Amino acid sequence: MASDAHKHPNYMAIFWYLAVLTVIEIAVIYMPLAKFTIGVLLCGLALGKATLVAMYFMHLRFETRTLGMIAITPLVIATLLIFVILPDGFAVMKKTEGSRAAAPAPARH
Amino acid sequence: MSQVASLHTAVEPAESPLTPESWGKLGMWIFLAGDAVGFGTLLAAYGVMRATSADWPSPYDVLGINLTAVMTFLLICSSVTMVKALEWLSRGDRGKAKMFLFFTALGGAIFVSLQAYEWTHLIHRGLHINGNPWGATLFGTSFFIITGFHGLHVTAGVIYLLSILGVVNRRPDPAASYNAVEIAGLYWHFVDLVWIMVFTFMYLL
Repeated sequence: MASDAHKHPNYMAIFWYLAVLTVIEIAVIYMPLAKFTIGVLLCGLALGKATLVAMYFMHLRFETRTLGMIAITPLVIATLLIFVILPDGFAVMKKTEGSRAAAPAPARH
Repeated sequence: MSQVASLHTAVEPAESPLTPESWGKLGMWIFLAGDAVGFGTLLAAYGVMRATSADWPSPYDVLGINLTAVMTFLLICSSVTMVKALEWLSRGDRGKAKMFLFFTALGGAIFVSLQAYEWTHLIHRGLHINGNPWGATLFGTSFFIITGFHGLHVTAGVIYLLSILGVVNRRPDPAASYNAVEIAGLYWHFVDLVWIMVFTFMYLL
């Protein structure tokens, strides 16, 4: 039952997409673009590669929608988490800057 | 009466509602979702620490990307050999399936070896878990924790793949080991997927 029920997509095509996207990723960091633009491009390319792996190598495309929802949940949680802990990070930054101004030239190993 | 019977099947269905082939597959997906939260937490914390640090070193200058680009390519290749193993198994060729499973495990083993080489090199240059000459201490801490956590997954994956190779070897009917290989494949592709993220956020960005 298992052998007939499964469709196997063209894996080599996916491999070439992934290889080309990796080359583009590496090329992007050498491009004379603003840091923010490079960041956005790299995030987009990484998400694109991850989607290809999940959809075709992990066969998510051929699974039920609910399984897809289970798979996408961690991405949503991690993205939300950034906004949850970002204020804490800024608070630490402010504190560090304050102590630096109070005691100049801190010793670093 | 029939209502009672249908209620009973609803409580204990014979097959998984999401993955009719096997419960194991659903189990692996749920495990991977949990594991992904682990990696997601580490990467989100990394992003925040980096964004709010005044002296975060440039990863490109400290870590370099030549070796890791090769490692990325290697992991993508090992994902391809993994799907090839499954494809050959579905065609009934156990020999080819075993060969491709072996190549996948070999790719993982080479990946971990290259990571060990990279770590040794960086430690010799002064990148430590508790400090480094380039700037923020957390740079080294997060680097070793995140790449280490991933390397641990690859190491576990190699052991897992080799044991699944044993399963295919023991079962004469190729269809009997199809589910086991597919589930192992899910884990392996997940490790590849996480590396795509780690490579982008920790080396390129």
